[in-house]
Amino acid sequence: MGRKLLIHNDKVPGIHTLEVYRAHGGYASVEKALKTMTPDQVTDEVKKSGLRGRGGAGFPTGLKWSFLAKPEGVPRYLVCNADESEPGTFKDRYLMEKIPHALIEGMITSSYALGANTSYIYIRGEYFYVSRILEQAIREAYAAGWLGKNILGTNYSLDLSVQVGGGAYICGEETALLESLEGKRGNPRIKPPFPAVAGLWGCPTVVNNVETIAAVCPIVMMGGEEYAKIGIGKSTGTKLISASGHINKPGVYEIELGVPVEEFIYSEEYCGGIRNGKKLKAVVAGGSSVPILPTELILKTAKGEPRLMTYESLADGGFQTGTMLGSGGFIVMDEDTSIVKNLFTFSRFYHHESCGQCSPCREGTGWMEKILKKFLNGTATEADVDLLWDIQSKIEGKTICPLGEAAAWPVAAAIRHFKHEFLEIARNKKFNDVSHYERLKKKTVA
Amino acid sequence: MPKVTIDGIEIEVPKGTTILQAARMIGPEVAPPTMCYYSKLKTSGGYCRTCIVKVTKGSAQNPNPMPKPVASCRTEVMDGMEVQNVTSPEIVEARKGVVEFLLINHPLDCPVCDQAGECKLQDLGYEHGSVKTRYEFKRREYDMIDIGDKIKLHMNRCILCYRCVKTCEQLTDGRVHGVVHRGDAAEISTYIEKAINNDFSGNVIDVCPVGALTDRTFRFKSRVWFTKPVDAHRKCDKCCGKTRVWLKGEEVLRVTARKDQWDEVEDFICNSCRYDHKKKSDWTIEGPSPISRQSVISQNHYEHLNELKVQALKQQKALGFMDINKRP
Ligand SMILES: Cc1cc2nc3c(=O)[nH]c(=O)nc-3n(C[C@H](O)[C@H](O)[C@H](O)COP(=O)(O)O)c2cc1C
Ligand code: SF4
Ligand code: SF4
Ligand code: FES
Repeated sequence: MGRKLLIHNDKVPGIHTLEVYRAHGGYASVEKALKTMTPDQVTDEVKKSGLRGRGGAGFPTGLKWSFLAKPEGVPRYLVCNADESEPGTFKDRYLMEKIPHALIEGMITSSYALGANTSYIYIRGEYFYVSRILEQAIREAYAAGWLGKNILGTNYSLDLSVQVGGGAYICGEETALLESLEGKRGNPRIKPPFPAVAGLWGCPTVVNNVETIAAVCPIVMMGGEEYAKIGIGKSTGTKLISASGHINKPGVYEIELGVPVEEFIYSEEYCGGIRNGKKLKAVVAGGSSVPILPTELILKTAKGEPRLMTYESLADGGFQTGTMLGSGGFIVMDEDTSIVKNLFTFSRFYHHESCGQCSPCREGTGWMEKILKKFLNGTATEADVDLLWDIQSKIEGKTICPLGEAAAWPVAAAIRHFKHEFLEIARNKKFNDVSHYERLKKKTVA
Repeated sequence: MPKVTIDGIEIEVPKGTTILQAARMIGPEVAPPTMCYYSKLKTSGGYCRTCIVKVTKGSAQNPNPMPKPVASCRTEVMDGMEVQNVTSPEIVEARKGVVEFLLINHPLDCPVCDQAGECKLQDLGYEHGSVKTRYEFKRREYDMIDIGDKIKLHMNRCILCYRCVKTCEQLTDGRVHGVVHRGDAAEISTYIEKAINNDFSGNVIDVCPVGALTDRTFRFKSRVWFTKPVDAHRKCDKCCGKTRVWLKGEEVLRVTARKDQWDEVEDFICNSCRYDHKKKSDWTIEGPSPISRQSVISQNHYEHLNELKVQALKQQKALGFMDINKRP
């Protein structure tokens, strides 16, 4: 069994209440940090821990914190990114829903380290019920003196509030999130300036993912060096993985970074293998935007080494033969899955979620969706495959925010590894969706 | 002062200059095309992506190239920076892509569009586009909207450059929500209708690079190339009073702001000058407006013949053409 640091208590009855959470050692990191450490010492521990952002990009958190500008007399903010909207990713929801105090504790400790006296949790609109859970927990924390003025009798004060978004994926992009938080249209900002210099209301701001912030508590408790011992190389600590798709046990798993992908898919401790005795066909390892990999490349790298659940191993081979850990949205597809149809679903999503500021993303995402629709209708030609490839290449890297890439990469990867499926449909002028038939059959039998 | 090299030409520019501004200082040969940037509007640019360039060397201090193409209109130069615009095949290809994206949902109704002849998208398509479209689907359609009695919004033609939004934000009462909906369903919307009472609302017509916002008092009166632009002024207590008056014979068909070499307004004008002074006698006429030689509007206006000849020679030299005077 791997070590668990974030959701080890998820099954404890009443863990969502302050009382039970506290009885299981909760808020100890706040006590330790506020009473025995300076803010810089907390930041140092986070640096030593090697913690990397869990929102998708994997940027070292300690480094990000150290970039925060600290001009005299200007407030600083910590904003928690709980917009979690990448298809296949649902780990933050699990954590907030089950153990809301873990996030609040992390927010207090992290805000202390950054010198923020006002912090926000920006949560996606569809998680409205989770925002209620968080708000309840925050009320408890205020009542018990963990939030508000002079926490634990020190001279550190913190106000924390939850802001519910309107339900746009793009508001998970950190600068769009800040715009939205300011009450504006959620358009990503043109960078520079970066949030560390001019973020919320023009003030220095750190935006971190829910899981990143929650991980600060165990880091403070065990010390950065101890935390760094978990994992492999630059992939330290534990990571929440949202496992979904054609597996026996979908759900949220906390793994020690470094678990082999094969073990993660097939072991009873995690996904429990492919359901209905089917064979594995492909995996999208880090949320819908990362490149899809066929069985042979997800289980082993191109060099033949076992692929591990780490930032480095998953990225081994670049985009030619590798992928990314991303947000940890692990989507497994069995042999009956149509890659083309799956790609259509992803492309429709990105088209729908483009903010529309820059022309390549605004126009290109819709165009790709329409061409993919032709494949589903059986009216696509072989030339459409090349056209798709060309369009994605003209979006990638030419946009304001990475949503352009998020829309382009899945198209590129599907064509790179499964071109034959596109060509087959184009040649036969017919789209055979096996998985769809299977489902229909089951329905009629039942 | 930082030195920057663009397409092999070095120039020294004040700190804070963007790559685009530096390229414009060198001249039209190396200046990237723009659709959303507007020198008179703060925070404009960055949206359309036509002005992207490749930074092959970040700066003298950090010589690494930038990993992706950057929007030249929003990227400041650093000392020692090296930039490729037309000399990079990658950029030429990427720009072709951007032009294609801008055109796939555009109605291409130029024959009935009042902007024809002074449309930035026409120019851009002509210079960088392909002859054939690869887009086979139905184009996006919206209903036309009258924004007050003076402005027509033809959303089908809009390229979402945000210029009109910035104009309203910066010249009128500071509303920010100019765009509703998202992605390719986004549209410029009604807040402008509310801003219409403002004395400067008519400027959105001038900043619009395409025929999405047009002057209702001029609609279908004439193709622009049959009118003759003259620079004129009057005493105005609201704006500078310096305008461009478009004549057909003795008749004033429309009044606009004056535009510079880059087709960007020099000074915004008020609605009174734009709409309420449509008699030639309202204006003191200074003389014919300088119009770029390439523009269809310059047809039959030979007032600047010598200047035009110099321009032509310069451009042809830059393009590697033969000297017109030495043709066999
Ligand atoms: C289109 C888009 C959507 C994103 N959505 C999320 C999200 O839902 N949650 C998140 O934590 N990060 C998201 N990100 C990444 C954030 O921009 C940012 O990198 C992250 O919140 C930083 O936190 P971290 O360093 O803790 O990972 C998204 C990025 C993009 C481009
Ligand atoms: S890439 Fe797409 S989502 Fe991002 S700013 Fe551009 S249009 Fe908006
Ligand atoms: S209406 Fe014109 S100025 Fe406004 S965004 Fe559209 S193209 Fe730009
Ligand atoms: S002019 Fe620079 S992005 Fe539009």
